[in-house]
Amino acid sequence: MNSFKKNLLKKRYNAERRFQWYGKIAIGLALSFLTVFMFQIFSKGYSAFQKTWIVTEVHYDKELLLIDAESPSKDDLENADYYDVAYKAMTSLDPGLPEEEDRQLIQMVSYKYEAEVKDLLLKNPDYLGKIVPIKLTASDDVDQVHKRNYPRDIPEENRRVNDYQLQIYDMLNERGDILSEFNISFFTSPDSREAELAGIASSFMGTVFSILVCLAFSFPVAVLAAIYLEEFAPKNKFTDFIEVNINNLAAVPSIVFGLLGLGVLLAVFNLPRSTPLVGGITLSLMTLPTIIIAARASLKAVPPSIREAALAMGASNMQTTMHHTVPLSMPGTLSGTIIGLAQALGETAPLILIGMVAFVNTIPGTPVDPAASLPVQIYIWSESAERGFVEKVSACIMVLLAFLILMNLAAQIVRHKFEKKWS
Amino acid sequence: MNLILVTFIILLAFTSYYFGRKKALVIQSSQRLTALPKFYGYYLAAWCAAPALIIFALWSVFEPSIVKTFILQDYTDQNLTKNELQLIYTKVKALAAGTYTGNITNFLDESANKYIQLKGIANSAKVAIILAILIFSLSFAYRSVQKNDRMREPVEIFLKWVLFVASLGAVLVTIGIVFSLLFEAIRFFQAVKIFDFIFGTHWYPAKTFVRDGQPDPELMKDAFGAVPLFAGTFFIAFIAMCVAIPIGLLSGIYLSEYAGRGVRKYAKPIIEILAGIPTVVYGFFAALTVGPFVKEIGNAMGLEVSAESALAAGAVMGVMIIPFISSLSDDVITAVPQNLRDGSYAMGATKSETVKKVIFPAALPGIVGSILLAVSRAVGETMIVVMASGLAANLTMNPLESTSTITAQIVVILIGDQQFGDPKTQSAFALGISLFIVTLFLNVIALSVVKKYREKYE
Repeated sequence: MNSFKKNLLKKRYNAERRFQWYGKIAIGLALSFLTVFMFQIFSKGYSAFQKTWIVTEVHYDKELLLIDAESPSKDDLENADYYDVAYKAMTSLDPGLPEEEDRQLIQMVSYKYEAEVKDLLLKNPDYLGKIVPIKLTASDDVDQVHKRNYPRDIPEENRRVNDYQLQIYDMLNERGDILSEFNISFFTSPDSREAELAGIASSFMGTVFSILVCLAFSFPVAVLAAIYLEEFAPKNKFTDFIEVNINNLAAVPSIVFGLLGLGVLLAVFNLPRSTPLVGGITLSLMTLPTIIIAARASLKAVPPSIREAALAMGASNMQTTMHHTVPLSMPGTLSGTIIGLAQALGETAPLILIGMVAFVNTIPGTPVDPAASLPVQIYIWSESAERGFVEKVSACIMVLLAFLILMNLAAQIVRHKFEKKWS
Repeated sequence: MNLILVTFIILLAFTSYYFGRKKALVIQSSQRLTALPKFYGYYLAAWCAAPALIIFALWSVFEPSIVKTFILQDYTDQNLTKNELQLIYTKVKALAAGTYTGNITNFLDESANKYIQLKGIANSAKVAIILAILIFSLSFAYRSVQKNDRMREPVEIFLKWVLFVASLGAVLVTIGIVFSLLFEAIRFFQAVKIFDFIFGTHWYPAKTFVRDGQPDPELMKDAFGAVPLFAGTFFIAFIAMCVAIPIGLLSGIYLSEYAGRGVRKYAKPIIEILAGIPTVVYGFFAALTVGPFVKEIGNAMGLEVSAESALAAGAVMGVMIIPFISSLSDDVITAVPQNLRDGSYAMGATKSETVKKVIFPAALPGIVGSILLAVSRAVGETMIVVMASGLAANLTMNPLESTSTITAQIVVILIGDQQFGDPKTQSAFALGISLFIVTLFLNVIALSVVKKYREKYE
């Protein structure tokens, strides 16, 4: 072999290695995007699962509560005036503070602190007249300081927490009166304008209702349509048209379905706006083609010998289909349905168009109550400027991703556990 | 009321199923059955439920508009416009429901009474008609059960019809999309010339807003030029493709040609996770992490970068699209017949030479098809752009500035309360139909290319 040929070979082998490296780098890049992404979400969001409390002492003074009765009933406690008691509980943290500066202390807890003072007494009526310690929800600014998300060494005017409040915070922290506990209220309370009180309960229920409505509408129609197209449809122009139609529908951008929901469901059928019912129907139109395609694929995977055997035993076409083909195709259909629902679960744009983006601070009890959904909640919170919402968004994303992972796992399990392998 | 009626029909259907089956067992004692007993039940149940429910559905669809015509008949001599009539009708309905808080005139009160009366008549008529239909169809069905007619065939034909109607569902959705978009879009194009919409270079719908009366036609002419939106849409899609095509294609090739079983088994599903992440999450990521990051890098290089740059949105969208291209091209490449590869190896070509000179050209139509599908996906993507790129429609080709897209503008226009009949709201539907046409066009081409490709190697 002469040197020219050797060089050429070397060049070609180098090109080969380079090409392999391009492929490896491409996969590495894709994987690193995913890693960075997950890391970002987790590092920003994990702190939202912690809630910061400020511990202080409250004196349930009968006089200040304006309770006259000797042994007050539940109604008396309910109707008492808690303003002064709650106010004193907070200002007692720094008795030397002049009265006109008291807002600085009050601002360190959430605006619902009065209700929290009330709730404690309602739960423990025997605290009346006593001095007891109480946990108050810290304001989101104090919360962020405690989680070290706010830099402390910048000039006071650039900070949301001023020097005085930091001083009080440090004093409380040294005394051990700043508590950090698992944030149950993030899961149990509805949305709020205040980051420290906002939770995902309303949007979670909204999501659950939408998905159930979506399932109820899309699954039966899609399965029946798939059975017809796969088992009964004659081969003609019209069935071809239906097929092309379904394939194209699967690729229509989701926002167009939102326009459909707005233009038809809300404007023509006058269904209630902002509700999971409308959201679910809109999503069901979107998942319909996905489920039809999955169901057809799994019907097609049932070997013809099954059908032939049934027909040979004298079953009619309908009996063969309903007794043998459809039950055998169910695992594939179900896992396709779950995947379609998981896609619908993450949809945001169509729900925004039908008004599920409204601020809802009650937990919906039925599909016709106004609600948001988890992805829309992410959008709403990420549009808001407060720092406290950034961690809430990340935490909400974690919940949503967990939901999605669970659904995909379920789809996998259904597929692998129940599907018959034909070979 | 409606709920009770439907429940009643369904309960009756269930009872008639059991009744039919029982009857079959009675018949069995004297003559041979034509089908299994349960088919007698199905037969009765189908005859019970189907006609009544169909009539019920038709009635529910047409009743409101008929009542409306009756009510508005009294107002025909007042020369009112369509919108005013609609307003009056809404008032009458609110008054009838007892939720009206405005000024009650005698005329309105009369209409409300008439409305309540009409509704009452309609309701009782509905119940009466449906009961009559139930009795008629049930007695008809019962007669054939008694005669011991063939039972299985009619039931199966009925089922087949149910299946057929279900398969029309998808067509119905498409028709719904096209009509709802067209209906509003046509009204929009009555106010704004279609020429101004397609070729205008200035998109600023907010300035047509006037509190009362009609907006100035001169303003309208200059406010709804969609060119910046089309340009922005394709520009961001282009940036996304610049990220997604090289990474997606190379990883697709690597996975199908080079990767061992182990790598393939794990890498492929992990990459596909990227496609499963909701787009709103990508939007948050783009707005909070990538946008500021791009801005910082740009500023360090002495460039003027907007915090909401097209680059950030496009790049993140590209990451989202990687798995589409990688798994589609993986499938396409795997479908290339092995003998093409073997031929190339036999000539002494290396693996990469085979990929570049033999497999890639052979798979090109399929790859182009998958790229077109990905482009259609990028064009229709909404949340990333809404959250990460600007909402102001700049006509720019600078990736560091903010641009807006068709989808983002639809969201901007329709978020919050909409007023139907307002050209601004209608413009969203005009944008929607252009988006629908563009994506439909891309999809049809892509699907036909891929289909041709598949046929070639089958």
